[in-house]
Amino acid sequence: MTVVRDRVATRIASPPMRRRFSPLLVVMIGAAIVVALTYTLPPFRTYQLATVGAYLCVTAGLTVLTGLNGQLSLGHGALMATGAYTLALWQNKFNLLVVGIIVAILVTTAVGAVIGLAAARLRGPYLAGLTLAVAVVVPSITSTFDETFNSDQGLSVMLNPPPESMTNEQWQAWVCWGGALITVLALALLTRGRFGRDMRAVRDDETAARLAGISVARTQVAAFVVSAACAGLAGALFAVIAQSVSPGAFPLTLSLFLLMAIVIGGLGRLTGALIGAVLLVALPAVAHEIGEAAGSQRLEGNLALTFFGVVLVVVMLAAPGGLASLRPFKKKGHR
Amino acid sequence: MDRFLFLTFDGLSRGAVYAAFALALVLIWRATRIVNFAQGAMAVATAYVAYSVADATGSYWLGFIVALVAGLLIGAGVERVVMRFVDHSSPLNGVVVALGLVLIIQGVLGMIYGNEFRPAPAPFSRDAFNIGGVALLSRYDLFVFAAVGAVVVLLTLLFTRTPTGLRMRAAAFAPDVSRLLGVPVGGMLTLGWALAAAVGSLAGMLVIPTELGLHPTAMDIVFISAFTAAVLGGLDSPIGAVLGGLIVGLLLSYISGYLGATVAPMAVLALLVVVLLSRPDGLFSRSKARTA
Repeated sequence: MTVVRDRVATRIASPPMRRRFSPLLVVMIGAAIVVALTYTLPPFRTYQLATVGAYLCVTAGLTVLTGLNGQLSLGHGALMATGAYTLALWQNKFNLLVVGIIVAILVTTAVGAVIGLAAARLRGPYLAGLTLAVAVVVPSITSTFDETFNSDQGLSVMLNPPPESMTNEQWQAWVCWGGALITVLALALLTRGRFGRDMRAVRDDETAARLAGISVARTQVAAFVVSAACAGLAGALFAVIAQSVSPGAFPLTLSLFLLMAIVIGGLGRLTGALIGAVLLVALPAVAHEIGEAAGSQRLEGNLALTFFGVVLVVVMLAAPGGLASLRPFKKKGHR
Repeated sequence: MDRFLFLTFDGLSRGAVYAAFALALVLIWRATRIVNFAQGAMAVATAYVAYSVADATGSYWLGFIVALVAGLLIGAGVERVVMRFVDHSSPLNGVVVALGLVLIIQGVLGMIYGNEFRPAPAPFSRDAFNIGGVALLSRYDLFVFAAVGAVVVLLTLLFTRTPTGLRMRAAAFAPDVSRLLGVPVGGMLTLGWALAAAVGSLAGMLVIPTELGLHPTAMDIVFISAFTAAVLGGLDSPIGAVLGGLIVGLLLSYISGYLGATVAPMAVLALLVVVLLSRPDGLFSRSKARTA
């Protein structure tokens, strides 16, 4: 009964938590905090802040896809690679960063639409298997067309130096957080309206959604496309931060990390995406420190990997009902 | 023509491995409705153990047996400790937990053995015999066919001729009724996972010497190929998995032979997309497989 009541409540009443703050206000406060941080933090921390911003783009998009629409994608690491390589190729030819980022988003959106069209027809393990295949196979395309993508070495990204008044790290943080905040604002506005309601309806009960006149396939493809665009932006921003792209930067584990980030952050809330993005930067940093303290190179990357895996398994087993119970607005007593 | 023949036998040899691996996926899918996305990582883990034993004792065969035993143990362990407690209300839960296991296993392997490729020598020569002036098969290919053939025969006998096999099938298809009739359903699930993981280990031991060597991610692309094979066969049918494995092996062999090895991964992806979109129930499935 509670499930039904909750479901009805989700569909009819707009979620009460969402109406409390204006997203625009939140984003402006966020921008102010970021600007303040870039002038107070040391350079390396500012660099990490920029990375959080880039991750936030993709985790926010994935939160919408998995949390609101119930589709699982393991292919977003590959979509980030698409965005990153597009930006690298564009920059090395034209060197116009803003246009390059937009082109990267457009190209990734197109790729995402193709995958999304297939994904909308698949469920459960079939969808997971297909997107997993995308994540494993796409980086290997760089070897297939090595004249364009330069195989495992990857490409360097040509960038103009930052404005003279700011350091490189500050500039990176501003660019990344500019992208991240625009993404969050766009997603918040997009999901609070009709589109968000359609997505939640499809997630909760496809048959009921269809009866209510919602096109299930169209909603699913649209959700996938939106999240792909976010992944493309994230990939482009990573290319800007690293000033290079290579297939090694987008392994399968990246896609799994993203999945972990949104599961732990709490599915369906954009604040959860922020928590996830912070964890994606903080946990490897902690693992790095531990590895250095232990003097073991092998420990560094792998400790984070193991830790992410353990957290993912424990969270899934500890949450009664699994993924669904991690969603807000389905819990009792939340209102 | 010679090249075509060579590629055909090479493809059948690869396909036999994919068939075994797909069979392991199908065994678990039939028993628990979970696609074990950790299968590849589990197989790599047992291969690492096997080659450690082989290096320490100097005997490949001791390592080979250790791999199979380790497969049984890791399969039973994963079922008992983790998978048993997964909530089944959404099929995604099992997928996410399995992916968490992938991260754990790859991380632990990397910590112990490091993230570089380690050599994994084959027990037999991989040079092909010349039959009538045409290079066709190597000793290693024959070993692969024999091993996979033995597994298929043994599994068939187990499931069709023994009381345990009957109980396993009963536990998978009607757990509640089986429990009422005194079948230890939980134990049968553990046994199923153990067997499947052992078959996966065998496939791993067979395929790793033919690729770049031991690496925590060595089985990723093999997993994708085997998953494609299993889906091609309907995910529910052991015979379909074997046939699907052979088809995928042949296709990949022709494609890498005629178009270049770097195209092969893309071909797998393309094949998977085509199968999922055109025949999601598989080529050989009678029952409806895409229930999830």
